[in-house]
Amino acid sequence: MDFILIQALNGLAGASSLFLVAAGLSLIFGVSRVVNFAHGTVFMVGAYVAWTLIDRLGVNFWLAAPLAACATALLGALIEVGILRRLYAGHELLPLLATFGLVLVAHDVVPLVWGAQDIIGPRAPGLTGAVEILGRRLPSYDLFLICLGPVVLGAMWLVLNRTRFGRIVRAATEDREMAAALGIRQDLLFTAVFMLGCALAGLGGALQLPRETLHHSLDTQVIVSAFVVVVIGGMGSLTGAFVAAAIVAEVSAFGIVVWPQGTLAMLFLIMAAVLVVRPHGLFGRAAQQEPHRPLALPSPPAAGYPRRAALAAAGVAAALLAFGFLGSPFALDLATQALIAVPFAMGLHLLIGWAGAISFGHAAFLGLGAYGAALAFTAGLPLAPAMTAGVLLAGVAGGAFGALVRRMRGVYLAMLTLAFSQLLFAAAFQWVGLTGGDNGILGLWPEPPLDTPMGWYLLTLALVALWLAAVARLYRAPFGFILRAAQDAEARARADALPVDGARVLAFAIAGAGAGLSGALLAFLKGSAFPTLFDIPQSIDGLVMVLLGGIGHPLGPLAGAAAYSLGVAVVSTLTPHWHMVVGGVILLLACAAPGGLLTPKRAGGAR
Amino acid sequence: MNLRSALAVLAATLGLAAPARAAEPVKIGEINSYSRIPAFTLPYRNGWELAVEQINAKGGVLGGRPLAIIARDDAGTPEQALTAANELVRREGVVMLAGTYLSNVGLAVADYAAKRKVVFLASEPLTDAMVWSHGNAYTFRLRPSTYVQTAILAREAAKLPAKRWATIAPNYEYGQSAVDNFKKLLKAARPDVEFVAEQWPALFKLDAGPTVEALEQAKPDAIFNVTFSSDLSKFVREGTARGLFAKRPVVSLLTGEPDYLVPLGAETPQGWIVTGYPWDAIDTPAHTAFVSAYRARFHEDPRMGSLVGYNMALAAAAALDRAGSTKTPDLMKALAGLSFDSPTGTITFRAADHQSTMGAWVGKTALVNGEGKMVDWRYVDGAEVLPDAATAKKLRPAGKQ
Repeated sequence: MDFILIQALNGLAGASSLFLVAAGLSLIFGVSRVVNFAHGTVFMVGAYVAWTLIDRLGVNFWLAAPLAACATALLGALIEVGILRRLYAGHELLPLLATFGLVLVAHDVVPLVWGAQDIIGPRAPGLTGAVEILGRRLPSYDLFLICLGPVVLGAMWLVLNRTRFGRIVRAATEDREMAAALGIRQDLLFTAVFMLGCALAGLGGALQLPRETLHHSLDTQVIVSAFVVVVIGGMGSLTGAFVAAAIVAEVSAFGIVVWPQGTLAMLFLIMAAVLVVRPHGLFGRAAQQEPHRPLALPSPPAAGYPRRAALAAAGVAAALLAFGFLGSPFALDLATQALIAVPFAMGLHLLIGWAGAISFGHAAFLGLGAYGAALAFTAGLPLAPAMTAGVLLAGVAGGAFGALVRRMRGVYLAMLTLAFSQLLFAAAFQWVGLTGGDNGILGLWPEPPLDTPMGWYLLTLALVALWLAAVARLYRAPFGFILRAAQDAEARARADALPVDGARVLAFAIAGAGAGLSGALLAFLKGSAFPTLFDIPQSIDGLVMVLLGGIGHPLGPLAGAAAYSLGVAVVSTLTPHWHMVVGGVILLLACAAPGGLLTPKRAGGAR
Repeated sequence: MNLRSALAVLAATLGLAAPARAAEPVKIGEINSYSRIPAFTLPYRNGWELAVEQINAKGGVLGGRPLAIIARDDAGTPEQALTAANELVRREGVVMLAGTYLSNVGLAVADYAAKRKVVFLASEPLTDAMVWSHGNAYTFRLRPSTYVQTAILAREAAKLPAKRWATIAPNYEYGQSAVDNFKKLLKAARPDVEFVAEQWPALFKLDAGPTVEALEQAKPDAIFNVTFSSDLSKFVREGTARGLFAKRPVVSLLTGEPDYLVPLGAETPQGWIVTGYPWDAIDTPAHTAFVSAYRARFHEDPRMGSLVGYNMALAAAAALDRAGSTKTPDLMKALAGLSFDSPTGTITFRAADHQSTMGAWVGKTALVNGEGKMVDWRYVDGAEVLPDAATAKKLRPAGKQ
C-alpha cells in the first residue's frame, strides 16, 4: 500500500515537469497551428541558462528559474518574429521544417557554448532533503513539483478565462479567421503566445535542473514525450495536457514495476490506445483540428507545370546519373543513396501532398522493407524474392494501417503514424530472437556482380526509375484524380460517390511499398539492417526531403531527396559541425523558398 | 539556378578526389560518434591527436612516413558510419579503419571491413559480439569488452555476503549482455545468490524516482548497476535522496571512469565497487609522461576516452611498423599477436580472438575534497579474465579464423 502511494507521488512529480513543456506546446499549436519541433530545445536552453546563472553568476536557484523563463521568452520572440512569421502563408508543415533546422543548429551550438561534458544540475536551496512518508523517503523537491503543476494550471486558467489576452487567445484557438475578421492583430497575438509557450518551456527546463543531468541531446528526449502528452490531452487544451501528463507519468511509474523492459513502448501504447478510443484526444474537439484550407497540391495538371521546374528536376536526375558514371566510386555510393531516398520521399509526398495524410512515422515502412528483405535473405531466399518480400511486407502493412486510419486527419493522424513506427522500432529493438535487437542483421551482401558499387547502383537506378514511372502513371489515373478531388472538396467528392476511402487506403499501400523498396535497397547497399531505420530521425529526414523539394510539385521529392541526401553526406565529410550547416541551410531555404526547391506557378488568385 | 550552382559545388568537391602525393602520409580512417556522444569522443579525439603528433615528431611510421588520421562523424547511426567508411576507403584511400563507440555501429563497420577486405581497429565498442559471435578476420578490438569488465566485477561481487541482488541496466545490447554475463558469472561463483529485481530504462531516458522506488521495493541486499552518463547521475541523486544505497553495496560498471565520475562531483557515492580509470593516481613513469603531455597540449585532465584514443593511434602505428607495409594481409598478420607499449603497460592483440589484453582498474569510489575519486584500486590485466585461447576460438564463427 505504502509503495503504491509513493509510486503515485513519484508519478505526479514527473507529471508536473512534463506538463510545463506540454502546456506551452499545446498553447502554441492551439493558436497558431505551429508544430514547434524546437520546443524541447527551448526547454534545454532554459535549463542551461538557469545553470549558467546559478553556477557561474551565483544567482539563487529560485531567482534563476524565472529569469531563465524570461530569457527563453525572448528567444521565442526572436524565433517567431525572425523565422516563423515568414512561413504562416505556406504549408502548415513548414514551421516544422524550420524548427527542425533550429534543432540541428542547437545540436552543435549547445556543446560549443556549454561544453560537451554532462553537467549535474544544482539542487534547489531549501529543498535538498527528503521527507519520510509511510517509512519511505521522498525528495522534498518532488513534493514542490507535485504542488507546482496544479498551481501553473490554475494560473493559466485565470489568464485564459479572466483577462482580455486570454479571451483573445481562446477566440483565436476556436476560430482564427473569425478572430482576425473582428480586428484582432494576429501577428502580435502569435508572437505573444509563442513567447508565453517558450517561457513555460524554459521554466520547465530550469525547474528540472535538480532532477536532471544537462547534456546536448536533452531536447530530443523531451520533445517526443511532450508531443505525446499534447496529443493524448487534445491539441490546444491545457486541462487535457495536465490530465495526459498525469496519465503518462503514472502509467510509466507503475509500468516499470510490472514490465521493466516496456519503457520503450509504453508511451506510444498509451497514445495509440487513447487515439483509437478518442480520435481527437481526451479533451480535444473535432472542430478545432480540421484545417480550413486545402492541404497542399495546387490544382494542375491541366494547366501544366512550369517548364523551369520540370527542367530542374530533369537536371537533378541527370546530375545523379552523371555522378554515378563519371564520379569516383564514392560518388557512385552517394548517388546510389540519393536514388534510394527517392521512393521513400515519393511515398511520403503521396501521403502528404496527394492524400492529405501527414505522417510522422514513414520510417515504419522503410524499416519493414529492410527487415522483411533482410529476414527473407538470411532465411535463404535469393535476392530478388527477398527484396520482393520486403516491398510486399511494407506495402501490405501500409494498406492495413491506411485502412485503420482512413478517416483520420491532421496532427492526430501524424501522431498515430509516429506511434506505429515507434512500436515497430521497439519490436525490432526488443525481439532479439528474430531481429538481433539493436545489433541488427549483418552480412546482407548480394552476390557478384551486384556487390560492386556499380552493380548495385545500376540495379537501384533501374528499380527507382521503374517505380517513378509507375507512380507517375498512377497520378494520371483515376486514382490520382480521386485523391485530388478529395483534397479540394472532400464532401463533394464523397457525394459524387468517389471511393475516397479506398483511394486513401491504396495511397498508404503504395507509399508503404515505395518506402519498403527504399528499405530493401538500403539494406543490401549497407549490408545490414538496424532498428534505427524505424526511428524518428529517419521519418524526419523524409519530411525534410519532401518539404525541401517542394510539396506542390509532383517531382519535388525527387529534388528534395537528392539535395538532402547528397548535402548531408558531403557536408559531414567537410566539417564535424555538419548539423549546424545543414540546419542553417534548411532554415534559409524555409524562409527564402517556402514552396521548396520546385515551386509550381500559381494560376493567380489565392496566395 | 541555386540548385545548379549547389550541384556545381558538390561536383567540384567530389571531383577533387586526387590524393596529394607530397609527403605520402599513411592514412587511417577514423569513424566515431563525435556529434552524438561528445562527452566521451572529444577526449578520445584529443588522445589520438596527441599520439599522432608524438609519433610524427619521432619520425612517423614505416621508416619516415607521417601518420595521418582522418576523422568522420557517424552521428550515432550505423547507416552514416557505413557511408563514412565507404568514403574513407574509396575516396581518401585509407589503409585501415578505426574507431566507433556504439556497439551496433562497431558491428556494422566490422561487417563492412570483412566484406571490403580492409582492417578495422575497433577502439571503443564494448560488445562481446565484436570479437566472438560476430568476430571476423579483419576486425581487432582494443578496449576491454563487456565480458572483461563484468568478469572483474563479478569476482568482487562474489566476495560480498549479499545473496539477493537487483540489477539496473540501459535497455540495449550493452546493458543486456552486461547483466547476462554478471548473472552467469556470479551464479557460477556463488550458487546461493538470487536475482530479485531488474530494471531496464531506455538509454538516457531513466525515470529515476519511480525506478529507484521499484528497486527499493524488492529489498535487495546489493545492486549491480550498468547505467552511465546522464542516467547514472540521475540514478545516484535519486537513489541517495531516497536511501536506496544506505547499507547496501553497489557494484557498478564503468562508474570509475573520469568521464562519468567527474560530473558527479560532490554527489559521488562512497564505497561503490567500480571499474574505471584512476588517472591521477597511476604513477608509473610512462603514465605520468602521458598525463603531463596531455595536460600541456589540451589544458585539461585526461579521461578514459583520452587513453583509449592514445592507445588506438599507438596500436595502429605499431601494426604498420610490424607489417612493414600498408597492405591489408600484412596488416592482418601484424595485428594478430601484436604487442605494443602503452602508457599503462604492454598490450597484446590475442591471435585467437583479436581481443586486446588492455585491462581495467577495479576499485572503490570515494569523495576526496568534494570530488569523486577511485581508491583502493588495482589494475586487472585483460589476459587474467579473458577465456583461454582455445575457448575463445570456439566462440567465434567457424571458417572466419
